Amino acid sequence: MSTPSAATTSRWRALTHHHLFWPVAVLVALLLVNVPFTPDFFSIKMTDGHLYGSLVSIVLFGSPLILVAVGMTLVIATGGIDLSVGAVVAITGALTCSYISDQADQNALSGVFLAMGIGLVAAVVCGLWNGFLVARMGIQPIIATLIIMVAGRGVAQLITDGQIITINSEPYKLIGGGYWLTLPFSIFVVAVVVAVTVALTRRTALGLLVESVGGNAEASRLVGIRSRRIKIMVYVFCALCAGIAGLMISSNTSAADGNNAGLWIELDAILAVVIGGTSLLGGRFSIGGTVIGALVIQTLTTTIYTIGVPTQTNLVFKAVVVIIVCLLQSPKFRAKVFGAKFGPKSGAASGGSAATEPAKTVTTAEAAPKMEVS
Amino acid sequence: MSATTQTPTAPDSRTTPPSKLATLLGDRRLPVLVTATLFLAMYIAGLSRYQNYGFGEPQVFLNLFIDNGYLLVAAVGATFVILSGGIDLSVGSVIGFTTMFTAWMVERQGVPLLLAVLLALGVGAFGGFLMGYVIQNFEIQPFIVTLAGLFLFRGLCLVITEESISISDSSVSSLAQTRVSLGLGELSIGAIAALVVIAVAFYVLHYTRFGRRVYAIGGNEQSAMLMGLPQGRTKIAVYTVSGFCSALAGLLFMLYIQSGDPLHAVGMELDAIAATVIGGTLLTGGSGYVIGTLFGVLVLGLIKSIIQFEGTLSSWWTKIATGVLLCAFILIQRAMTTRKQT
Repeated sequence: MSTPSAATTSRWRALTHHHLFWPVAVLVALLLVNVPFTPDFFSIKMTDGHLYGSLVSIVLFGSPLILVAVGMTLVIATGGIDLSVGAVVAITGALTCSYISDQADQNALSGVFLAMGIGLVAAVVCGLWNGFLVARMGIQPIIATLIIMVAGRGVAQLITDGQIITINSEPYKLIGGGYWLTLPFSIFVVAVVVAVTVALTRRTALGLLVESVGGNAEASRLVGIRSRRIKIMVYVFCALCAGIAGLMISSNTSAADGNNAGLWIELDAILAVVIGGTSLLGGRFSIGGTVIGALVIQTLTTTIYTIGVPTQTNLVFKAVVVIIVCLLQSPKFRAKVFGAKFGPKSGAASGGSAATEPAKTVTTAEAAPKMEVS
Repeated sequence: MSATTQTPTAPDSRTTPPSKLATLLGDRRLPVLVTATLFLAMYIAGLSRYQNYGFGEPQVFLNLFIDNGYLLVAAVGATFVILSGGIDLSVGSVIGFTTMFTAWMVERQGVPLLLAVLLALGVGAFGGFLMGYVIQNFEIQPFIVTLAGLFLFRGLCLVITEESISISDSSVSSLAQTRVSLGLGELSIGAIAALVVIAVAFYVLHYTRFGRRVYAIGGNEQSAMLMGLPQGRTKIAVYTVSGFCSALAGLLFMLYIQSGDPLHAVGMELDAIAATVIGGTLLTGGSGYVIGTLFGVLVLGLIKSIIQFEGTLSSWWTKIATGVLLCAFILIQRAMTTRKQT
């Protein structure tokens, strides 16, 4: 083998072994699938001072999911899981909308800010409660957060009195449905949250602490990390993200629906985290991967509408995608299917090439989550 | 469940000699007793409050079984899985799918009812088997695998058809209306089937080798394996049982509601898990009783009837009450399994 070709192989290997390679590859493949069906898929038009286009709407409709998934990533990195985010979305939306609808002037900025503050405080309280149960009481995260998942929707319906509260507030409309600098405002919200999260976890020691707690909580405690405090923090952060997503969803529809707002968003968020390459066992996380994972899910949704696959097959294909992604992440499966020497190490490459193939065959008739994300 | 790595699964490691309270808390039967007492207390409270509205009639009590028979069966399946230390999120979807599948087979395809029922049970059990196989052989977390099952079965419902299919088959409606008199009141076929399932589950869990293996694996999978128990087979069997129970629950639900609908039983897995936990089964696995699950379901059912009798309370109070109870019982469980932490 001559030197230059060896260099390219090793560079190629380095590329394919990058943890974001396969999520990005799947995303790109999904986006390309759309092109034959809608040739102007990638074009972005300027109308009335706003940018319109499929790419913009994917990010716009995907924003609440990205937010929830980013919060979920940190929780999963500590070895936990948060099932209550959907309920938190509903509670936040319900509280905020019911407060705004009680105002004499729904367009008053002070009232809107206060309402959003109340909603976010409620979300933080939910997060504190989850964190308290998990970190202080030592209850398994899946169970501790199940409590709010079950009771939370009841509380949200209690707040809205079982009705769907509709509001008519211009300033509040901005956060989920408004435009700023020609782009949907929610994209900026997501960008800020993601940037802050990345800065906090990768520029400070926090990310390392979170990973060490996820790797081994007891060992971290023994080396002097306050693992309980870290855990409470991530649950509060996750709930806060869910709260912001709740504001977005209710603002986008100008309504609070205690029953359906954020329904099953926790499952989509966990899925996004898994597609992004964060292990459910904790100890490692990748915010970038999660964002891409969430975009993959939203792109699936959009794809199914563009290429005209019957929408009722959505869930089946989503299930197929989950199964394929999970199987490919399982070292045991890779060893069995691709032979022992393709085990954990080179399995990523061979598993990956198989990943795009099923993904492609799936995407031609692809389908995905429900559209009513926002 | 393996979603966590840090949860201490080891039982008590007390150094001090157990006090009276500690002995009481250490008793594995305590949660069941608490649930049974709670049920009695709620029933008596209901009696004193709504006596004039006929709450005291035996039929009100029997209706708990009639109205919650399907949940009882689903919760029994969940109990098996949770005892083995896993979790099954696909329960509600399998129930929905079974109603849809049976209704479609009988109404649209003209398949004889009996054959359709057998096929539905087979599909449910096979789905459970597949999930168990993947969980066991590829070491993927039960949470994720059964989540995929949830999507898959709910999706299959929609693939069959998006609209609700009502069942006009005469034998279904006659079965649904059959009431067996017990002297004081009467039970439906569904309720009796649920009670039979409870009895069988009780026998299997406490008097057969399979039952003991389930407890052993839930208690400590590593030890069970070192003891030479066929841990893989048992695990797969547990998910198969859960799938079968979910399908059976689906049939009972179909009998109760006499239609198939792709949105039937959305979120029922949460009810089943909640009933199991309220019934005192430890979510870490290895400890619990199927009788507790019975009481758990009865408590949930009683909450619903009390809310109906109250009249002014809205339906969402059911969710809130379920959440509060769930929380209380989880804390009790926690107190039971607490070990000294620095």
